[in-house]
Amino acid sequence: MASRPRYAHRNIPGTTIFDGVQAQKGYALNKMCYSFNSAENRAAFLADEEAYCRKFGLSEVQRKAIAARDVLGLIAEGGNVYYLAKFAGIFNLNVQDLGALQTGMSVEAFRQKLVEAAR
Amino acid sequence: MARIIGAVTTSHVPAIGNAIARGMQEDPYWKPFFRGWDGVHDWLATAKPDVAVVVYNDHGLQFFLDKLPTFAVGAAAEYQNADEGWGLPTLPPYRGNPDLSWHVIESLVADEFDITTCQEMVVDHAFTLPLKLMWPDAEQCPVMTLPVAVNTVQHPLPTPARCYKFGRALGRAVESYGEDLKVVILGTGGLSHQLDGQRAGFINKAFDAMCMDKLVGEPEALTRYSIDDLVEQAGTQGVEVINWLTARAALSGTVNKVHSNYHIPISNTASGLMVLENRA
Repeated sequence: MASRPRYAHRNIPGTTIFDGVQAQKGYALNKMCYSFNSAENRAAFLADEEAYCRKFGLSEVQRKAIAARDVLGLIAEGGNVYYLAKFAGIFNLNVQDLGALQTGMSVEAFRQKLVEAAR
Repeated sequence: MARIIGAVTTSHVPAIGNAIARGMQEDPYWKPFFRGWDGVHDWLATAKPDVAVVVYNDHGLQFFLDKLPTFAVGAAAEYQNADEGWGLPTLPPYRGNPDLSWHVIESLVADEFDITTCQEMVVDHAFTLPLKLMWPDAEQCPVMTLPVAVNTVQHPLPTPARCYKFGRALGRAVESYGEDLKVVILGTGGLSHQLDGQRAGFINKAFDAMCMDKLVGEPEALTRYSIDDLVEQAGTQGVEVINWLTARAALSGTVNKVHSNYHIPISNTASGLMVLENRA
């Protein structure tokens, strides 16, 4: 079994550090999301999501997380948020929508939480 | 000789591009952010730089995870903006200066920073938006540019101490260039924010205030933090403050804070802005 990288990260609650372990696990998923820089590829994904995911070799768990728009699941499966933001953009979801999805809050409540951080 | 006249450090958020595209500068949500740039415009009116060296991080436009440089330096005559996946209008191309680029590359490598050189490079919002905010009325960015991309995406990231040293070397590289050019260094990203995980929405006003304070007169104080410290204190994307530190480290003279603004929130981000003048 492969060892963890030498530099184990600090355990920060609610936080996944995108390191070599995550980058390997999420390579196919992030590569698919990277392809969404192109409008043509975004349209191809929308035309047949399942086929598009298979083309990039996503695992079954990753394909299910994509189908369910399960952001936390995608991060656990090695997704990097900068790449996932391109996936989310296909559905007109911005990073505040992603924040709400990940924290289980309404978008309004999530926005309010950010405003309150100014105090 | 080229002279570094100062640094502008600022947040970069894709939503700013959307707000500009929709003309929302006076909208109550956006006004405290856009008004914060008035002080930068005042400074630029007299400082008149010829070149902007932009220290930023790419978000999966130019670089994918197949090959990801820790430090990359542009060496193109022109840099194009492109669709990052959201179909926003792209900004006009940016002029480069290959001669300056190769001088900087030679100097950095001689100084033991083994950077990646890029003769073709597309630039994302982290590069384009700060320049647009600096010169909002110009159709095309009026100064020559030199992109310097720092990996803040895939760990291991360069430590703050390394970025500080890199910034010092970048400053030496620019200021040893033979042509009389006035250069501004941009550091873009941060301040505290976290987009991912159950901790999404994390902001740390006190830590940001400390960073902004230390960056003016005592930037080396930030080199004692580890990347994990920054993730914990500033959030997973708050680590982009290393781009501010790199830019600040390029200033070698007496540094004077000309202007600053801090506003929470822009999208998920605590937005910070500073103009630091470099006096020989």
